[in-house]
Amino acid sequence: MDKMKNRWIALYVENQVGVLAKVSGLFSAKSYNLQTLTVGITEREDVSRMTISVMADDVTFEQIKKQLNAMVEVIKVIDLTTIPIHMKEILYATVHGLDTEGKTEAFQIAEVFDRGGSVKICDIGSDTVLFECTLTENKNNEIISLLKTRFKNVQIVRGGAVAVEAISRSNR
Amino acid sequence: MALNITGRKLFVKALKEEGVDTIFAYPGGMITDIIDELYKTEGIRVILGRHEQALVHEAEGYARATGKTAVVLVTSGPGATNTITGIADAYYDSIPVVIFTGQVPLHLIGNDAFQEVDIVGMTRSITKLGVTVRNREEMGRVIKMGFQVASTGKPGPVLIDIPKDIQVTPGSPDYPDHVDIRGYHPNETVHIGQLKKAYRLLKNAKRPLILAGGGVRISGAQAELLEFATKMNIPVTTTVMGKGVMPEDSPLYIGNCGMHGRFAANKAVTECDVLFSIGTRFNDRITGDLEKFAPKAQIVHVDIASASISRNVVVDVPVTADAKIALERLVEYAEKMNTEKWVAKIAEWESEHPLTMPHSKIGVCPQVICDGINQVFPDANIITDVGQHQMWASQFIKLNKGQEFITSGGLGTMGFGFPAAVGAAVGAPDKPAVLITGDGGFQMNMQEMATVMTEKIPVVICLFNNSNLGMVRQMQQLFYGKRYEITDLSAGERGYFPDFLKWAEAYNVKGIRVTNESEVVAALKEARANEDGPTIIDFAVSPDDLVLPMVKSGTPLSDMILK
Repeated sequence: MDKMKNRWIALYVENQVGVLAKVSGLFSAKSYNLQTLTVGITEREDVSRMTISVMADDVTFEQIKKQLNAMVEVIKVIDLTTIPIHMKEILYATVHGLDTEGKTEAFQIAEVFDRGGSVKICDIGSDTVLFECTLTENKNNEIISLLKTRFKNVQIVRGGAVAVEAISRSNR
Repeated sequence: MALNITGRKLFVKALKEEGVDTIFAYPGGMITDIIDELYKTEGIRVILGRHEQALVHEAEGYARATGKTAVVLVTSGPGATNTITGIADAYYDSIPVVIFTGQVPLHLIGNDAFQEVDIVGMTRSITKLGVTVRNREEMGRVIKMGFQVASTGKPGPVLIDIPKDIQVTPGSPDYPDHVDIRGYHPNETVHIGQLKKAYRLLKNAKRPLILAGGGVRISGAQAELLEFATKMNIPVTTTVMGKGVMPEDSPLYIGNCGMHGRFAANKAVTECDVLFSIGTRFNDRITGDLEKFAPKAQIVHVDIASASISRNVVVDVPVTADAKIALERLVEYAEKMNTEKWVAKIAEWESEHPLTMPHSKIGVCPQVICDGINQVFPDANIITDVGQHQMWASQFIKLNKGQEFITSGGLGTMGFGFPAAVGAAVGAPDKPAVLITGDGGFQMNMQEMATVMTEKIPVVICLFNNSNLGMVRQMQQLFYGKRYEITDLSAGERGYFPDFLKWAEAYNVKGIRVTNESEVVAALKEARANEDGPTIIDFAVSPDDLVLPMVKSGTPLSDMILK
């Protein structure tokens, strides 16, 4: 068996009632391991685009693509796993119960991870800060892991990955 | 510009334009307008079944017997939910059926209104397409799309849900000839390179075998299959759904393979060096233990659905194509092969363990009934329910004249047989419709007796009555120490139950009881002579008769239980 790994698909679908349920229903009905699914409208009002991340081996992943392709409401399936793409996920992390020292550290972490506004502290209270991170899924994982190590009370909200084919170069 | 018409009028217009001459329907509150429109319509026969599940099986039988897309019309709520088993059955056996359900008016959707259910949501995983018509102007396009999707590619059921207010809203009278569906492109070509590769593999084989499934029938490629196999001298085995695609009197036809396949067929699958499979999805009933399926073979797989290829069985040469398109090409390439030794080997296996049943200790031997049907009804469409009788029929019924073997293969739906036979008889009135059923499955939809009587449908019901749920009982006998829990349908001391002849009498249906093998042919002849209505023949069968060979679920095809 080829090894399990995370893979990404972009999906153009009809922007209609029930299409999201049909696509997500496929994953539950066939026991495919869905990691994240994001969906939004495209430049055409009647077409939506989904970015789906799944954990699967080669054979299952092939089957997932075929099953999606077979759906009448699915217009196009793009395998993002092996092509150059840009991919970002939005992450909000609220850290509670901070003293002054803790706040300083939070700001330092934000500063170190930041690349042109991709990580910032976007809100603050008397003992609370709110991180807003727009990074890859992997980079967000790292931040979460660090925050959990450093602070006791961290609340996480993740948006799921959104990806687009790169124009000129490889970029993840 | 043409005058606007109501949704109900457009509904009937759409049926007419689709060439629909028969629909299977049951009335209810949310389709009263459409029903009223049908009252005013000439040229569409409306068959009133007695249960919505049966309607869908009737439609399936009709579609199988005619090759046309069948139509069902039911109301919302329970009318709609009752169709679900039928829809699933049609989905797994790739049968083109369009199911129209009534729905509560748009403004009530989501309110848990009286007889409201989200039927589109409930059937999403068992339909090719399901749509609620949300405005009158899209109705024509949606219905056209439904018929297109149901009948093309790998066919299947489509559900169209029409809210009550849409049915009476005026709108465009246009019904399109064709709609473009940007996400739906059924395969209409074949990759010649792949096909040639498949052909070369087959041509160089020492022990080639063709495995033909229901896809060959769906694409209408029976003649091409026969020509190809005959030109190349390659033996053919079939799946249960493929039974009948090859005339059974052809010397190259081995029989069915799989769980209850012929010994020689399962041996051939196990020993072949190239397995050329076409129009099958390698269901677990066909393959047994996947690891040990066709262990010595390189496998070619031709199927219209790319999602069926390399799903269960990893194949060496995949060919995504309609069976007929592929076989038409292959017939052009075909050259004679020397397969004499291989064919002789298969014949040797056949004589080693021929397919035959011992005579029963009590009652009538199922094989004798099947032989009788072969003799008296050599031209009939054969319809079965699900269970032991189904497998006996798949083993002993001979289809030599291109008749249909209509059975619930994928879902294995008890209760399928009788209504499917009704549909087949309605669709193909020139061919006798012979139902082979058991007392368990028959009781699941026997209310359709009213339908056959009122519509004067001459179905011949051969009831293999052993007063038991035989297939499960067989498993209890073989694998569960004869602990016969809830498989006995008789009324204990009082014996057979119910009395099917008394019950038939209540419907004014001709009934014959056969308890002796010598009476089989005469009873069948009497049924054949009764052309104006149904006949039920109640054959007393022993509950101890077994379907053999048997491959226990999950074990290799080569491990057959033979006695």
